Formats: sequence, C-alpha cells, structure tokens
Amino acid sequence: MFARRSILTSVVLLSLTAGPLAAAPGPVAAVTIRNFAFVPAILTVAPGTTVTWTNTDEDPHAPAANDKSFRSPALDTNDKFAFTFTKLGDYAYFCVMHPHMTGRIVVKAP
Amino acid sequence: MTEVNESGMNRRGLMRCMGWAGVGALYTLASGGLSSIGLDEALAQTPRPANTKPFTFLQISDSHIGFDKAANPDTRGTFMEAVAKAKALPTGPDFILHTGDISHLSKDDQFAEAEAIISEIGVPVFYTPGEHDMLDEGGGKAYLARFGKGTKGTGWYSFDHRGVHFVALVNVADLKPGGMAHIGEDQLAWLKDDLAPLGSSTPLVVFAHIPLWTVYADWGWGTDDSAQALALLARFGSVTVLNGHIHQILQKAEGNITFHSARSTAYPQPAPGAAPSPGPLKVPAEQLPGVLGIRTAAFVRGDTPIALIDSSLA
Repeated sequence: MFARRSILTSVVLLSLTAGPLAAAPGPVAAVTIRNFAFVPAILTVAPGTTVTWTNTDEDPHAPAANDKSFRSPALDTNDKFAFTFTKLGDYAYFCVMHPHMTGRIVVKAP
Repeated sequence: MTEVNESGMNRRGLMRCMGWAGVGALYTLASGGLSSIGLDEALAQTPRPANTKPFTFLQISDSHIGFDKAANPDTRGTFMEAVAKAKALPTGPDFILHTGDISHLSKDDQFAEAEAIISEIGVPVFYTPGEHDMLDEGGGKAYLARFGKGTKGTGWYSFDHRGVHFVALVNVADLKPGGMAHIGEDQLAWLKDDLAPLGSSTPLVVFAHIPLWTVYADWGWGTDDSAQALALLARFGSVTVLNGHIHQILQKAEGNITFHSARSTAYPQPAPGAAPSPGPLKVPAEQLPGVLGIRTAAFVRGDTPIALIDSSLA
C-alpha cells in the first residue's frame, strides 16, 4: 500500500510541474507515449484522477479504451489528451493506429 | 538508381508463364489502344476473357501529405518529385495503385492535395487506405467520401484489367487491442466470393497497406488474419501481394505468392528491429532521395509473370 501510494504521489508531483494541469481540480497523472509505447504501461490512480497522455513520438498515436469508455483523437507530436477516471476499475487501452501498443489505467480507492 | 526484381525463372515459374501465355492464346486481343478504366467501370464489370497484351502499372505509397517534421519537412515536394518521375517513364502506366497513408492525419485538405498532385500523371488511381487515413472523427469516413465511391465495407473492392484480377484489401480499419493489422470476417467472406468465379490461372494482384505476412510482430508489421486470406489465394498460380506501411523494400515468397513492400515518397523507417521503435527515420538530407521512390510493375507476355522495378528519387 505504501509503495503504491508513493508511486502515485510521485506521478502527481511530476504532473503538477507540467504547468496548465496544475489548475485541474482533482488529482492528475501522466502517461508519456514514447517509442511506440505507453510509459508507464500500467498506471494506478485514485478515483477522480485526470490522466493526461502526451505523445512525444514523430508518429501520431490515439489511445482508446478497449471497452470504448474513452477514445482520444489522433495525437500528433506533443499533442495531449486528458480523461478523468471517476469509477473504480481496470481500464485496458490500446492505440487504435498501432494496436500492439497497449496499457492499463487501474483506478483504486486510495 | 534502379533495382529490378523478377521471379527466378525456375521450372515452376516457366510452367506458370507458359500456362499464362496459353490462357492468353485462347482469347483475342482487344482492339484499340490501352483503355484505362475507372473504379466504377471496373466494379460494374463481370470477369471477362483475358487479354495478355503487356502493360505496366505503378505502385506509389505512403505519401504522408501533411507530415513536416525533421525526417522530411517537405513531403509535398518529394511527392511531386515522385509524380514527375512517373510522368517521365518511357512506357506510360495504365493506372496507379496508391497503397495507403495518402495523408498524415486524414485531414481533407491533405487528401485533396495528394489527389491533386497524383492526378497530374493523368491515369486512374486506385487507392487503399493506411492507418493514417482513418483518423477523422468518423474513423475513415473522410477517406471513403473522397476515394471510396463504389467500394464495399471500409473500402475494399476488386477490378479486372487485361486478364489480371486486382484486389484492394483494407487492413487498417477497426483494429483490435493487442493485435496487428486486421482484415475481418466481412471482408474475408467478400474475398471468398470475389475469387470464386476465377480460374486458377488468372494472375492476381492483391494490394493492402500493411504487409500480409508478418515482417516484425513486435512493431505490429503484419496482419492478424492474413492466413485466412492467403488460404483463399493459394490455388492461384500467380499471386503478387503489394503493400506499403514499412517504407522500405522487402520481399518474400511463399508457394506461388510473392510479397513486396514498397518505399514511401515521404520518409524512410528503420529496418525491422534496427531501432527502439518504428517511425520516421531521419537521414542526411542528401541521402533522402535515395531512400524514397516509386515502383513500376510490368506484365509481359511470355516473360516472368510480373516484373517489379523499384526506382528511387535519387
């Protein structure tokens, strides 16, 4: 539990330094898309967390939930997509352009 | 620089060619010059007697109009160079196959610009979409609105030209989590019906964006359900599969099926596994024309079934 919380905290702190996101009302977390991979591949957050994906590749990417609960438009280089996870659950997602790219957002009570 | 790739003239190849020439001898040659056909006309046709008069067509791929990053800040310019190269060919092609990633981000102005540039060659263009052409809100509706008239499903179709049956497959629509490219049950069922009336000696050209053989699974360079499509193609004596997507020339033969990946007109990508990931590869500016290019395909009666000539823009 402690380990998970400290990972979460560090992700939140990292995100807070990113600028505009600091204004978000709830907790925030970040996923970077780099070299055709989601980093981190598995991210655990508390309910109400807004997760922002940032594409740092020169190729566009488009993360989307397997259960269609969220779907990003195509993100060109440095484009961002944000989604707020309000319900507990394990959200598997993939890139609709490059479906071998997969990740998970795990929403758990803190 | 030009690279010629021809099937080796082994016994099977010779038999195949003889068989093909024999089929041609049963039919009379169509009168008149080369008649280029539009997609609507092609789709309206039922299979007809073969005409084995030699002809050529072009494959152009991965123009990525709209991409402007370091690997090639001017994809419009290199696409225009490719078109100029096509126009300068000594033998005019009957038509062009564009094997996808016409645009970089599926924007209508990118589609329009690509269409305007390629139309300068002055022959019909047959398209199949890449994953970069499916990025509009409708997931491919913008592509279909411009290029998909008369096609089925997400944009697949077939046509016949001078005794050769051409099949455009779409393997970039509705992709599945964790998978690679995908053809899907509906399209496979259509393909089965489409091929059913054809004799096994009919030469086939199948084109799709992503390779129909697994080039490199870690990068998604393959098609999940290609085995089902290849099973339907297996009875044919001459099958040529053309694709783009990986922005480099690669070949493979499997039975009577040969697979050929083409260069892009926009930017190269790393060789399979040669980098942490696929994606635009920046090379020194003076080397870029040497890794971009177009492909000429020639059907020559009495010769090998198909001769592919890859020409770089250098």
